[in-house]
Amino acid sequence: MLAPSSYKPGSAVRVRDDWPEARGPCHIRTPHYLRGRTGRVVRHLGDFPNPEDLAFARPAARLPLYHVAFTPQSVWPDAGGTELLVELYEPWLEPA
Amino acid sequence: MSTLLRTPILEAPGDRLLAALRTLLDQKGIATPDELAARIEQTDRASPAGGARMVARAWTDPAYRELLLRDGAQAAEAAGIHMRGLPPLGVLENTADMHHLVVCTLCSCYPRGVLGYPPFWFKSPAYRARAVRDPRGVLAEWGTSLPDGMRISVVDSTADYRWMVLPRRPAGTEGWDEARLTALVREGDMIGVTVPTTSS
Repeated sequence: MLAPSSYKPGSAVRVRDDWPEARGPCHIRTPHYLRGRTGRVVRHLGDFPNPEDLAFARPAARLPLYHVAFTPQSVWPDAGGTELLVELYEPWLEPA
Repeated sequence: MSTLLRTPILEAPGDRLLAALRTLLDQKGIATPDELAARIEQTDRASPAGGARMVARAWTDPAYRELLLRDGAQAAEAAGIHMRGLPPLGVLENTADMHHLVVCTLCSCYPRGVLGYPPFWFKSPAYRARAVRDPRGVLAEWGTSLPDGMRISVVDSTADYRWMVLPRRPAGTEGWDEARLTALVREGDMIGVTVPTTSS
């Protein structure tokens, strides 16, 4: 596990290619279309209680939340925008 | 076991589910009826006019614009909008070469404190699926034309923040006062599906 706020703006990160929804009931704030995709950290937004635990009334650790930018064409070849800007929690990211 | 508990949850009557949920929230000490009523009143009171006031002030007051972009919730409070208990508000500024479009692909996260209830289309599966993949197509259907070479950043509200767009001040509004500018700003301008114009 990485230390809190370990990613600086500009860091290349990959979203874990993990599918907890295939293993059972869960609450995930990481869109499916980004799993396994590589992006760039734009900013650290602050630390927030893990929604994956909050949703089940479990004790929730505060996790660093980042704004991460992706190239839409790396997700969909026919995508039309310039960037996708998405909030992601640190445990979903790995260095790329 | 009561009839309600044996009924699959999606088939249960909504009013009974709501009553059961409100009772449980109270009994478990999570939210009292008074707290729920206060939050409903807070949301009912909010409307796009609040966000429009903030936008117009940012167009006319550089210090307020700086605050708005640094801490949207503080800027809302400074405009008389109560943000206590609401998620943090981030504001993204449209510039001469970057346009922002806000969506929540996972559900319907929306800056309710400053814009009120989300419009029905914001919650529709079609908008949520298309905004991230084909933002130019979505904007075209809104009749929104952007200058050539304008880049588009699609902001997917996936987590704890709520996002609002600070649109560009339209040409031809030089010398307008804050009230006149406020009347110009529409809900869609602060989501990014439209841009403010003096001709509507």
